[in-house]
Amino acid sequence: MRLQLNKLFLALSVFSALIGLGFLGWILITLFVKGLASMHLSLFLNDLVDGGLRNLIVGQLILAGLAALVGIPLGMVAGIYIREYGRGKYAELIRDLSDIMVSAPSIVIGAFVYAFAVAPFGGANGFAGVIALSIMMIPIIINTTDSMLSLVPKELREAGIALGASKYRVILDIVIKAAKVGIMTGVLLAFARIAGETAPLLFTSETSNYFSLDLRDSFPSLTVSIYNLANEPEKSSRDLAWAASFILTAMVLIINLVGRYLTRHKK
Amino acid sequence: MEKLFQKISFASATLVLILLLGIFTTLYISAKPAIDEFGLHFIVDKRWNQEVPLTQTDNTLTQTPTAVDENADDEIADEDDMILDEDDEEAADTKTVYGGLVPIVGTILSTLIALTFALPIAMGIAVFLAEIASKNVSKFVGIAIELLAAIPSIIFGMWGLYYFAPIISDTFGGYQVSLLTAGLVLGVMILPFMAAVTRDSMNTTPDVLKESAYALGATKFEVVKDVIFPYSKVGIIGSIILALGRALGETMAVAFLIGAVYSLPEKITDPTISIPVAMAVNFGEASGLGESALFYLGLILFVMSFAVISLAKFYFLKRVKS
Amino acid sequence: MPVMNIKKFSFTYPGVDHPSLKSITLPIKKNKITALIGPSGCGKSTLLRSMNRIHDLYPGNKYDGKIELLDLESGKYRNILEIKKENEFIELRQKVGMIFQKPTPFPMSIFDNVAYGLRIAGIKNKSELSDRVEAALKGSALWKEVHDRLDKSAMGLSGGQQQRLCIARAVAVKPEVLLFDEPTSALDPISTGAIEELIVELKNDVSIAIVTHNMQQASRISDYTAFMYLGDLIEYDKTENIFLNPKEKQTEDYITGRFG
Repeated sequence: MRLQLNKLFLALSVFSALIGLGFLGWILITLFVKGLASMHLSLFLNDLVDGGLRNLIVGQLILAGLAALVGIPLGMVAGIYIREYGRGKYAELIRDLSDIMVSAPSIVIGAFVYAFAVAPFGGANGFAGVIALSIMMIPIIINTTDSMLSLVPKELREAGIALGASKYRVILDIVIKAAKVGIMTGVLLAFARIAGETAPLLFTSETSNYFSLDLRDSFPSLTVSIYNLANEPEKSSRDLAWAASFILTAMVLIINLVGRYLTRHKK
Repeated sequence: MEKLFQKISFASATLVLILLLGIFTTLYISAKPAIDEFGLHFIVDKRWNQEVPLTQTDNTLTQTPTAVDENADDEIADEDDMILDEDDEEAADTKTVYGGLVPIVGTILSTLIALTFALPIAMGIAVFLAEIASKNVSKFVGIAIELLAAIPSIIFGMWGLYYFAPIISDTFGGYQVSLLTAGLVLGVMILPFMAAVTRDSMNTTPDVLKESAYALGATKFEVVKDVIFPYSKVGIIGSIILALGRALGETMAVAFLIGAVYSLPEKITDPTISIPVAMAVNFGEASGLGESALFYLGLILFVMSFAVISLAKFYFLKRVKS
Repeated sequence: MPVMNIKKFSFTYPGVDHPSLKSITLPIKKNKITALIGPSGCGKSTLLRSMNRIHDLYPGNKYDGKIELLDLESGKYRNILEIKKENEFIELRQKVGMIFQKPTPFPMSIFDNVAYGLRIAGIKNKSELSDRVEAALKGSALWKEVHDRLDKSAMGLSGGQQQRLCIARAVAVKPEVLLFDEPTSALDPISTGAIEELIVELKNDVSIAIVTHNMQQASRISDYTAFMYLGDLIEYDKTENIFLNPKEKQTEDYITGRFG
């Protein structure tokens, strides 16, 4: 009887894993089939106004890239503070708040940025979108930097100090270097995550049908456009939405896999 | 140089605090007109964007003569929106009333459905990864689950709408875009996260404890049930609550699948709306009191999420992961 | 003259009410090896780590008494417990180096590891760096093994080699005192032997204090030995006296293995 219960349990567990894998497979296959069906080279050469996706792909990468440019240094330095310099309660508070913000609703962040960077400036603009994405990125980077730095053994820091190096030198020359791989992975994963976001952009930078590098106006976004296209009645719009979804997912998963590949040797 | 670096890093860290306070303050300020107008009654008022005669007080939920047919009402309200300003300074015979009950209920219900669906599967996956699978299989499946977590939520919306929703409505009847569909897809979305945190929790069980049980002749099931789960109970509950907190704020997938209809669902297969969806869908055209009402909803959502996530973190999770 | 004078030194860790070291008085003699021995928890590492103030990485410590370091130029002693300024700490640690129990190679090339202390001291001249790195590696009996792969990562070295690298790194800045905190307890016997030989050679140029829980090691290489127990200095004398003719009963009990 006990053995039968055990067998049942094991079977259910394996079954759950299969369900999880099943959903993943289902979604990926759907994307593959529907996405590839609508895929052709012109998508990469034309902008949305001409039925292509070029401006959206470039726009999304620019938004995410700029957000990373802002978010990564700020997040890393803040992470360094709470792990290396922080004394007691304040550092703990920041760590906890940052942790909470990682899971905060992205649409609320969009609304927040809307209130101070869109409404007073006369409408949707790329800057607001970048700000919204950076706000999402910073807590993630803080989290990952903090974690990776905590894995560096304290003896390494002591050895640096014992040679007469000042604390910031030890941090930059030795500790960060030692945690380099883990931090890089964390950064890549964070980038992949915000590159796939829609809600923070919905009413901050919105999207655009045209190719644009001008952040002062509404800025093309792959994710927001997928949402719009999916809501349009025409079949051609939906097909485009599938192609865009395929490209978006490919982008995000590739960055993810690269990040994991980098830490393949670490425990 | 050392002092400079210390100051810069301190400033960056303080930025987090400033952001959080800024978000809360901005939401509150933007929501204030609606808060002043509707007060706490907002939370239990199921009318959204409805015209009511000025003579009524806000406390009469049931006596709205215009609220007979929900759909017709929306049409009337829309027309009036075009003619009248939603500014309550407008000297009109009617005023527009907003209430957040429907989105709030939708948020909570969809999240509960997600949790119910995801919990057993996530537990099963966690057990599989932690105790059953061989090292290589565990690694492979683990990566697969993490990839599932990495898929952008809008993709879940697309797939959910065109492939999952028809199956649900075929199986359970009712609408394709509904509370049920949204809840189930939400469940698929929080599945990886719950599984991962539960697995990490389970892995904190000391090997010696497990070995002692096996040495007594316990089966795997018994070791999981009697040793691992009790030991990691706190972390597991924490992961559940944390997943709940995240699900509350999920927007895009739910926007595709819940129907965006401002009415309380009578059946689980009816369409309804959630707070993030209300915001996503209406923000573009909203202005004045309507926009303020959306901020009010946002504030409620923010407070709800913050509370739930804090509960998970401080009461249950003590840094389960590295 | 001793290069360091520890006078009635007491130390309490942060958040603890009882002191870990109680009024220790002890000289560190110039160009000699002084061993600190005693059972676990006796405070020997705590004492060693006070000599380069590395405790101050973690705030909240309480000190009492004096630790005087001889300034070789002026011939005067300076109480290092009074140091508060960043640049004075740096100066202290350039004079008093430390090698840890676990080899701690930095994540950089062998050359950069050894050059690290020199670079932060402001030495930029490539040929000077190169010369000093070579001298340090030769002085640590590592040159022959690594001279042809100085640009390779230090992480690729074996445990014994890594520890010798750490010694080279510490020696490169030409300190006056070297503190060894159980330097061979993480190493195999052959590496241990090599490092013990190295330490004995080093005393010609630096004064050495070594913490070891290995009594045989202390008797093999040290000139003077201090036996500590529960935060007190029980006995300090020439090594042969401690081991062959201890004055205190506790010392004798420890030496003969009655408690460990």
